[in-house]
Amino acid sequence: MLAEIGVASTEKLFDSIPENLRLHGHLNVPAAMSELELLNRFEEMGTRNQAAQRTSFLGGGAYSHYSPTIVDHLISRSEFFTAYTPYQPEISQGTLQAIFEFQTLVCQLTGMDIANASMYDGSTAMAEAVLMAERVTRRRKVIVSSAVHPQYLEVAHTYVQHAGIELQTADIDPASGQTPASAFDAIDDQTAAIVIQSPNFFGCLEDIAALADKAHEAGALLVVTVTEAMSFGLLKSPGACGADIVVAEGQSFGVPLSYGGPYVGLFATRDKYARQIPGRLVGEAYDQQGRRGFVLTLATREQHIRREKATSNICTNEGLIALCATIYLETMGRHGIQDVAKQCAQKAHYAAREIGKISGCSLPYSGPFFNEFVVRASTEAVPLLDKLAREKGIDGGIALSRFDANRPNDFLVCVTETNTRAQIDGLVEGLRALTR
Amino acid sequence: MANVPDNLHYSKDHEWLRVEGDTAVIGITDHAQEQLGDVVYVELPREGEEFIAHDSFGSVESVKAVSEIFTPIAGKISETNDSLNDEPEKVNKDPYGDGWMIKMKMTNPGEVDSMLTAAEYEDFTKAEE
Amino acid sequence: MSSNITKVTTHINPNEQLIFERSQEGRAGYSLPPLDVDESSLDEIIPSEFQRDDDLAGMPEVTEVDVVRHFTRISTWNYSIDQGMYPLGSCTMKYNSRLNEKVARIANFANLHPLASEAESQGALQVIYELQQHLAEITGLPGISLQPAAGAHGEMTGIMIVRAFIDARDGKEASARRRTMLIPDSAHGTNPASAHLSGFTVKTIRSTAAGLTDLDHLRELCAHGDVAGLMLTNPNTLGMFEKNIQEICRIVHDAGGLVYMDGANMNALVGVARPGDMGVDVIHLNLHKTFSTPHGGGGPGSGPCCCVKELEPFLPVPRVVRTDEVYALDFNCPQSIGRVKAFFGNYGMMLRALAYILTHGFDGLLEATQAAVLNARYIAHGLMPDYEKPFDGDPMHEVVFTDKRQSRKGVHTLDIAKRLIDYGFHPMTIYFPLIVSGAMLIEPTESVGRQELDQFIEAMRSIAQEAVADPELVLNAPHTTRIGRLDEAAAARKPVLRWKPAAAPGAAATGSSAG
Repeated sequence: MLAEIGVASTEKLFDSIPENLRLHGHLNVPAAMSELELLNRFEEMGTRNQAAQRTSFLGGGAYSHYSPTIVDHLISRSEFFTAYTPYQPEISQGTLQAIFEFQTLVCQLTGMDIANASMYDGSTAMAEAVLMAERVTRRRKVIVSSAVHPQYLEVAHTYVQHAGIELQTADIDPASGQTPASAFDAIDDQTAAIVIQSPNFFGCLEDIAALADKAHEAGALLVVTVTEAMSFGLLKSPGACGADIVVAEGQSFGVPLSYGGPYVGLFATRDKYARQIPGRLVGEAYDQQGRRGFVLTLATREQHIRREKATSNICTNEGLIALCATIYLETMGRHGIQDVAKQCAQKAHYAAREIGKISGCSLPYSGPFFNEFVVRASTEAVPLLDKLAREKGIDGGIALSRFDANRPNDFLVCVTETNTRAQIDGLVEGLRALTR
Repeated sequence: MANVPDNLHYSKDHEWLRVEGDTAVIGITDHAQEQLGDVVYVELPREGEEFIAHDSFGSVESVKAVSEIFTPIAGKISETNDSLNDEPEKVNKDPYGDGWMIKMKMTNPGEVDSMLTAAEYEDFTKAEE
Repeated sequence: MSSNITKVTTHINPNEQLIFERSQEGRAGYSLPPLDVDESSLDEIIPSEFQRDDDLAGMPEVTEVDVVRHFTRISTWNYSIDQGMYPLGSCTMKYNSRLNEKVARIANFANLHPLASEAESQGALQVIYELQQHLAEITGLPGISLQPAAGAHGEMTGIMIVRAFIDARDGKEASARRRTMLIPDSAHGTNPASAHLSGFTVKTIRSTAAGLTDLDHLRELCAHGDVAGLMLTNPNTLGMFEKNIQEICRIVHDAGGLVYMDGANMNALVGVARPGDMGVDVIHLNLHKTFSTPHGGGGPGSGPCCCVKELEPFLPVPRVVRTDEVYALDFNCPQSIGRVKAFFGNYGMMLRALAYILTHGFDGLLEATQAAVLNARYIAHGLMPDYEKPFDGDPMHEVVFTDKRQSRKGVHTLDIAKRLIDYGFHPMTIYFPLIVSGAMLIEPTESVGRQELDQFIEAMRSIAQEAVADPELVLNAPHTTRIGRLDEAAAARKPVLRWKPAAAPGAAATGSSAG
């Protein structure tokens, strides 16, 4: 081949790179490994992830749910996972139709009119919702509940730091664990949006309708964030409660925990904001013979056309993970989602009741919850949870001191349909024994 | 060949202007709509908004492109062609008639004199190619 | 061929509907164990005003077999890397190794919760740390964060780091006078969009007739004293190496700015040259391009951000560090720009990228780069007789052509692209970069053998001939796909962005949803 194109050697292919920039030795990375060696290496590293093998009650933004067998099989079809972004619709109808179905499912779950083809995750979706609220209202102040996931709050701060947007916080009621409307009294005609999470980081359900009213009275938008998407199966949709933008983490829908990613951000809003929504949108279209197909549309919002005036800089999003969620939702279906959600709630409330009976434990918040709740122990949570893991083989929860040094004895427990009664009873017994 | 009616005034940003008393009617030229392709959306200002000459007052979108539209003169919006929300294709089909975009009460009618005539605009577009 | 064969139009595969249109009440595709705890009444545990009351009406009810057939059928409507080459410039569509998929699915990684204790996630942290080390070696830039979830996300991170550095170096007031980001006219759209997120205004920098950054224009723009930085892609989006890169970096640095490199085209550099050696201060990588992680129909990606030592303090928090043999998360980063994503980034893609690097080793990585450039050069050579190559310089891993010759006959880049589909190839990148009229940007990658390259060249040659002899054939392409060219204007005018159930009898059926 070199001869055919008239190049003397492989070296010469790189003649346009100045000599002093050319590497003369080889890269200091390991030599090539065979499949067998490679797998052994990763398996070995995997053995040092003891937490992956243990009974878990960890939530806090990432959830253990059961994914039906066909989900991974179908996303492993090479036509899906090795395909490119569907810019050429004639040969990407599989991807495009799947996204259209995904958009529809997100609308149905959130109770909103339009949804995009995905964001990176719940945290960046929330940050982009804040930016969108500013674009829509042209106001610069945003009030965020302090019960929003702490990492989501951090991401929002990063995104707005140069956007001239001021983020204020609204405090929760320490008795109920919810964020009351009065916490947002600082709202005025300069407020673009109120941002809440429901169920919130402490597991408590917020009164979305009341907060929607509060926002709308001041001409602001209500942004609702959901980290445990399975809650859509049981709780009234944010859309039905008056939300203007709903963002969520879709990982609960059949996506493996995988140490934090890849996950998938859901983003949904009202029809009237269609041209302000970030991310890709897939729409119905017809060819000359009247055959229905799907196509990326309203692209003039996006970076490749509007460049610095785009609604977002997002390009590659989470296509395959959105497909994963789509297949999960269609497999579980209308009743399956509700059944899983009900089981999560029933098991979590059973666990909470039993834990509440332990003398060394209490439940500090009175507000209603879905499948996560805070436990206050009579002793420090970090060493308690540590012992529970090492002695009883159970990851009992997330110590809140990791996020707030003023809460040394509190931890967050999450229960899903994957936790059996035996496991829950084991958690209860373990806590009882260790808080004596 | 793009249509360039004689009785209108033109700008180098490819807008046309027609004077009706103290009001200016403004839209984009046939040449502009040809370059853009099928118009899918027009973003228009609100009634009462004020602009100075060469301000951007909105944008026109086709499937793969978006162009800002500039007012050649200063004025205050008295009317916008809201039918373009449902039928943006009017800009393609009848850019000088049904595809009009805004009507403005002129702040300084003299500014119209510094616009291009039909002949000057035609020369300008030929030179651009 | 028997002329009695009637063309069937109702074959089930191409006519697979939306899942909602297949839904039948009462069907279910799932199984759940029965509830094993004492059941309370729902109203007792969740007050009724918080409960859903629409029974998720409209969501599909289908069986497992329905789901399998649905997705299997629609998958066949897609082109994919496993079928053949994607000559997409700047996308680096190389082979997505199945071994990497197996690695990513190892249970001890797939089932690990991101908030598990550090002590019991040492294997996971080791993967992050090792990948960081290898990427630092490959780029020549010691500071790394794997937190960004995609290239654009990595860009945003890198530019925010530039901003933070200048704020710290010059103080807020002086920094406020330094808000210009220089971006070439050939840049990817994410570049200016990302600059905007950091509060910069974009000034476009011209390319020379040879397609490289215009040094005089660069000096002129830098002389204003308000330049925070330059965003450059190298090799550039025309596939050419910026041979003056060291001078470019010098000019920008002398003017008090920093140089950001868009690493989308690293496939031409791995093992051959390193951005860190060129004077670049910060770059982002695309694991879903250079490092083979699958495109997935639009993600997930991963966009690590790499930088020089002086910029390390500004990297996203937390950072993954190692002391003796113990891996840990360092949250003590007071100058960090902050977190850009919850948890650690698209971790599953890191597993795949590390597996890619270890599978190739230092030899394989270099060979891949050499093959990628050779293949692009070969295609350039093969297409030159029929297509106009606007720049004389030698392309690296990708080459750009224009439709100048074909457009004389009324056939444009879009038509050529659609006709290429009939030959069994995915089209190349079209109309990018913007500075080339009717651009066709072609990047074969190393994952294509000579035979397929020849088939591609043959197909393009054939289309060039058709453009002259039978233009209608090209203008109405594609002819061999399930659907033809879609009316995108109509789709944008009256967007229908979701399925809706048919309304009650008497009212209108599935209507438009926006506009």
